[in-house]
Amino acid sequence: MSANMKRRVGPGQAKPVLKVQDLAVHYQLEQGGLLRSETVPLRAVDGMSFELYRGETLGVVGESGCGKSTLARALLGLVRPRRGRVLWLGQDLTQLDEKALRKKRKEIQIIFQDPLASLNPRMTVGDIIAEPLWTFYPKIARVQVEERVRGMMKMVGLLPNQINRYPHEFSGGQCQRIGIARALVLNPQLIICDEPVSALDVSIQAQIINLLRDLQRKLRLSLLFIAHDLAVVRHISDRVMVMYLGRAMEVASADALYRRPLHPYTSALVKAVPIPDPALARQPVDTGLTGDMPSPLNPPAGCVFHTRCPYAVKRCQLEVPPLRRLEHGDWVACHRAEELDLTIVKRPSSTV
Amino acid sequence: MRQQSLLRHAGQRLLGVLPTLLLLITVVFFLMRIAPGGPFDSEKALPPDIQANLEAKYHLDEPLLQQYFRYLGQILVLDFGPSFQYKDWTVNELIAQGFPVSLTIGGFAMLLGFLVGVTVGVLSALRQNTAADYATMGFAMLGVSIPNFVVAPVLILLFAVYAGWLPAGGWDGGWRSAVLPVITLALPVIAYIARLMRGSMIEMLHSNFIRTARAKGLPEWHVILRHALKPALLPVISYMGPATAALITGSVVIERIFAIPGLGSYFVQGALNRDYTLVMGVVIFYGFLIIMLNFIVDMLYSILNPKIRYEER
Repeated sequence: MSANMKRRVGPGQAKPVLKVQDLAVHYQLEQGGLLRSETVPLRAVDGMSFELYRGETLGVVGESGCGKSTLARALLGLVRPRRGRVLWLGQDLTQLDEKALRKKRKEIQIIFQDPLASLNPRMTVGDIIAEPLWTFYPKIARVQVEERVRGMMKMVGLLPNQINRYPHEFSGGQCQRIGIARALVLNPQLIICDEPVSALDVSIQAQIINLLRDLQRKLRLSLLFIAHDLAVVRHISDRVMVMYLGRAMEVASADALYRRPLHPYTSALVKAVPIPDPALARQPVDTGLTGDMPSPLNPPAGCVFHTRCPYAVKRCQLEVPPLRRLEHGDWVACHRAEELDLTIVKRPSSTV
Repeated sequence: MRQQSLLRHAGQRLLGVLPTLLLLITVVFFLMRIAPGGPFDSEKALPPDIQANLEAKYHLDEPLLQQYFRYLGQILVLDFGPSFQYKDWTVNELIAQGFPVSLTIGGFAMLLGFLVGVTVGVLSALRQNTAADYATMGFAMLGVSIPNFVVAPVLILLFAVYAGWLPAGGWDGGWRSAVLPVITLALPVIAYIARLMRGSMIEMLHSNFIRTARAKGLPEWHVILRHALKPALLPVISYMGPATAALITGSVVIERIFAIPGLGSYFVQGALNRDYTLVMGVVIFYGFLIIMLNFIVDMLYSILNPKIRYEER
């Protein structure tokens, strides 16, 4: 995998900062009537393993409900995993108690999807950004906090003299900048971005993504970038992980994944990316994908994707394909990865 | 600048109080006159001369409209006139005597209702859908639905008659005679606020900015007290106005049951005797009180919720 990392990531970074092993998060749902209710596990995340290196951006894509956000919360400890390990700098976060876990928020932070709703409407911008500082450094001087907050605001492209304004006085893009400043104020090393731009206008999306990329380079951050927009993910990611029904289908470098997908599901997703050309858009795209995603309450046996896969064979219904590493270093969970050639035929003006 | 706009907002709201008061006075004045009977009716008819004399003394012989404007003029200088029934007392004196007692009981009931209601509501929200939560909310439902004229005799029976810990009625200014009336008055307030608080707290705890607060790494108590409690209090704050009105109506009944010489007792007595000036005085006084409390609640609301502050033309 290290061969893969050498492009944007510094040399000699053989050891990952974050190593996730067989992570599973199940929600217990109550089903049934008044008298005979039973709990059914909803397998939001079911056995995921991946690694993240310093300064790297790992994109996570997948349809709604595939477990992307649950993965983000599990990494942060906001929900407790059912099994598996989350090794952060060698320490297993799942073994920590609540208090120790909270301390880790200094190192791992998160940016949320809905920027305005994620900010306390009754606190000023300055208080929102400063609060983590007060919590982790209660004895810090007031002047110092304000200086730091103003510095953060400047860094994310906000005017420092707006420090006493309230969130509702800002636009969506500005609110997300506040969210970023709030996440960065403790100098974290990993930022989990849970669909940070999907609630924003396209023009604002580009600004926020470029801001994140600039900050990442400047501060040597690792990013876990969750989105359902493949164009956005391709733009910012070094590697991309494709999720389906709580499992990783493919982990590959961003360019390779979009040019020559290894997994039929990835191929379908890439084909479904809209083309900004009216003439082409009129021709319906055949993604080869039929039906809806099965319910995570009752995932299919064998390969979870076999119910919708145009290439499925008997073996796919019986045997769960492990996420395995191919010769050129990318990872895929498909029995037929070697025999299939899913190279995307280059279409004109597909600039994404 | 923010302070200034808040002050201007307050000024505008205060100006709006005046027409409301005028309307209240007008309606009360004419309603009292429409009600059959008069202040000097008794079993035996008075000699016509005396009746005429009395009416002349209290200006009841003038045309109704003239009486109305005379009364308005009096109120402008805060004079509610003499009581028709308590001959040596002016209405101002009766209010001055009865109101402190009512205020003591009502104030403590409100305080108790707010503190206990909020605490119970928050605890219930934190233990949502547990047995404790269901039990508390069940009791709260009872508290809302059982009328105070049922609660009062039951409490008297339990704590005064059987246990003998507290007096069954009367007022000596001490805490012992205040306990039962205060509890009776506070029970529905506790129950209502607890239900309100539980609902809004649960909503808050599921909101996105609370998730952010947790992600910041704040201790849970900090998340609850600093981030969730304040916005969750808003519905409770706006209930405080109507709650005061409910307390005042409640106190009319409670003061009769516990034989407390508060404003409520005078009010009931005055209404039965067609004591025009007394009833009008008390209604206007209470009306003014409720209007002012609603005004204060409005101000509190905009202090607690910065979004409202700028919504002015």
